[in-house]
Amino acid sequence: MQVYLPIAEVAVNVLVLFGLGGVVGLLSGLFGVGGGFLITPLLFFIGIPPPVAVATGANQVVGSSISGVLAHLKRKTVDFRMGTVLLAGGIAGSTAGIWVFNYLSRLGQIDLAVQLSYVVFLGLVGALMLQESLRSALRDPAAVPAVKRNQHKWVHSLPLKMKFRTSGLYISVIPPLAVGFGVGLLGAVMGVGGGFILVPAMIYLLGMPTKVVVGTSLFQIIFVAGFSTFMHAVTNQSVDLLLAVFLILGGVVGAQVGSRFSGRLRAEQLRVLLALLVLAVCFKIALDLLIEPGELYSLAPVRS
Amino acid sequence: MRAARAPAFALALALALAFGAARPAAAERLVTGLSEDNVSITASFDGSDILIYGAVKREEPIPGGPRLEVIVTVEGPSAPVVVRRKERRWGIWVNTQAVTVDSAPSFYEVATTGPLGKILSDTEDLRHRISIPRKIRSVGAPQDVTDSQAFTEALIRLMEARGAYELSQGSVELSEQTLFRTDIALPTNLTEGAYETRIFLLRDRKVIDQRSEVIQVRKVGLERLIFRVARDFPVSNGILALVLAALAGWGASVAFRYIRA
Repeated sequence: MQVYLPIAEVAVNVLVLFGLGGVVGLLSGLFGVGGGFLITPLLFFIGIPPPVAVATGANQVVGSSISGVLAHLKRKTVDFRMGTVLLAGGIAGSTAGIWVFNYLSRLGQIDLAVQLSYVVFLGLVGALMLQESLRSALRDPAAVPAVKRNQHKWVHSLPLKMKFRTSGLYISVIPPLAVGFGVGLLGAVMGVGGGFILVPAMIYLLGMPTKVVVGTSLFQIIFVAGFSTFMHAVTNQSVDLLLAVFLILGGVVGAQVGSRFSGRLRAEQLRVLLALLVLAVCFKIALDLLIEPGELYSLAPVRS
Repeated sequence: MRAARAPAFALALALALAFGAARPAAAERLVTGLSEDNVSITASFDGSDILIYGAVKREEPIPGGPRLEVIVTVEGPSAPVVVRRKERRWGIWVNTQAVTVDSAPSFYEVATTGPLGKILSDTEDLRHRISIPRKIRSVGAPQDVTDSQAFTEALIRLMEARGAYELSQGSVELSEQTLFRTDIALPTNLTEGAYETRIFLLRDRKVIDQRSEVIQVRKVGLERLIFRVARDFPVSNGILALVLAALAGWGASVAFRYIRA
C-alpha cells in the first residue's frame, strides 16, 4: 500500500515505513540509542529527501525514546538526576554544535564533516566497546557486572560532588556535564541524538551500571531529539507529519518489544551486539568515502 | 433582448472562423484536448496517466511532401538546482566542484511521432526549447569549472534515472495525418504546480503550429492540510509533531502494559 508524503513529495510503501520505524524502535529499546544514526540513512535509502529525513527521523526518535523510557520507568532503571545533569550539558553542547554546523556549512564541507565524524566516532566507540565487552564476556561467562563500580579514578577527586542514587554513584557533576556537552555538540553536527556515544560514555567514563544507562540515555535523548525536531520544523519546515506518524507507530511498538528483550539479555551480550551494529554502520560509511562512487555527481535544491 | 443575443454570437463565431481561416501561416492548425486538466494528489496518489489528444484542422486537402509530425511536451515547475561533483582527495571521495543550474524543470517529458533529431531542426529546437538539453537553462559556471557541460549532462542523467525526465520517441500515434494521441505518465514523486503542456505540429523539421494547455497538479484533503500547516504555522507544526510523538510513545507503553496484564 503506497502513501504520498506531503512534505517529502514522494509516494512510499506504508509497510516499509512501519517496518523501518519498528526496527529502529527495537534497537532503541534494546540499547538505549535513539537510532538517529540508523533511521536517517535508511530514509535516504528509500528516497526521502535528506532535510525531511533528518527532521522527521529526529521526531521518530522522540516517540520511540518516550515509549522506551516509560518501559524502563516501570523497572526503575532511569536515573532522573543523572539524566537532568547530562541534559543541561547536552543543551549547551547542541547550541554550540549548531554554531559549528553553520560554520562548516559556510565552508561548504558539512557533508564531509558529518561523514568523517560518523566514521571516527562510530569506529572508536564500536571498537572500544567490542574489545572491552568481548574480553569480559570471554573471561568469565557467568560474570557479574563487567565494569567495577566505586573504582577510584581521577574523576572522583573533582569538586561539586552529587549523589546519584539510582546509579549508585557519588561523583562530581563536572564529568556528566562534560559528557553531556560533548555528546550534544557531536549530536547537533552529525544530526543525531547522540545515544550511541552517550551509552558507552556513561558506562566507561562515568561508571554507571549498564541497566541504568539505557533508560537514562533514552530520557536525555527525548529532549535533545525534541529540541532538534522543533528547530527543523521552525527553520526548514521539513518535518513531514504523515511520514512521522507511520515511523512513530512502528517505532513505539518496536521500542516496547526491545526494552522487554533488553531485560532478558545479559549486559555483555547487549554491548557486543551494540558494538557490532555501530561498527557495521561505520564500515558502510567508510566504504562510501573510500570506494569510487558509481555516480560522481549529485543534485541538491538551491536554498533560498 | 434575448433574441438579439443569438445572432450576435453567430456573427462573432463567423468572424472568428473567417479570421482563423485567413491566417496565412496556418494552413494546418492544431485542435487539442486533455483527458484531465486537474491532477489531485491525495494520500493514496500513485501516479496518473494523462491522455493528450487532438486533430489537425485544414481547409484544403493534405499537402504532399514531407510527413506531418507531432511533438508533445509536459513540464513541471522549474527551480534552480546545484549539481556537485566528487573527486578523490587524500584517499577519500569528496564533493569538490559545484555548478548551479539556473532553471531545471522538476519534470519533463517529450513524446514524439519519430526520432527527435529527424523531425526537428536545431534552429527550431533552439527557438522553442523542446529537447531536454535545450530545456535546461544554465547561464554560467564558476571559474574553477572548465567542463560545465558535464554537469548539465549529469543533471539530465540523474533526472532520467529518477523517472523525472523522459524522451519517448515514437510514442505519439498519428493516424491519417490528422488524428493524434499520446499517454503521458505522471510519476508518484510529483511537485505541486502548473504543468505546461505544449503540442507542436511539424512538417519538414519546422514547427508549423503550436498549442499549449495547462495541467494543474494540486495536493488536496489531508495532504494539503499537512503541507499548509508545515509551511504557514511552523511553530505549531513543531509542537504538534512533538505532541504526536509523546502521545504515541505513551500510548504504546499503556497498550503493552494492558496486553501483558
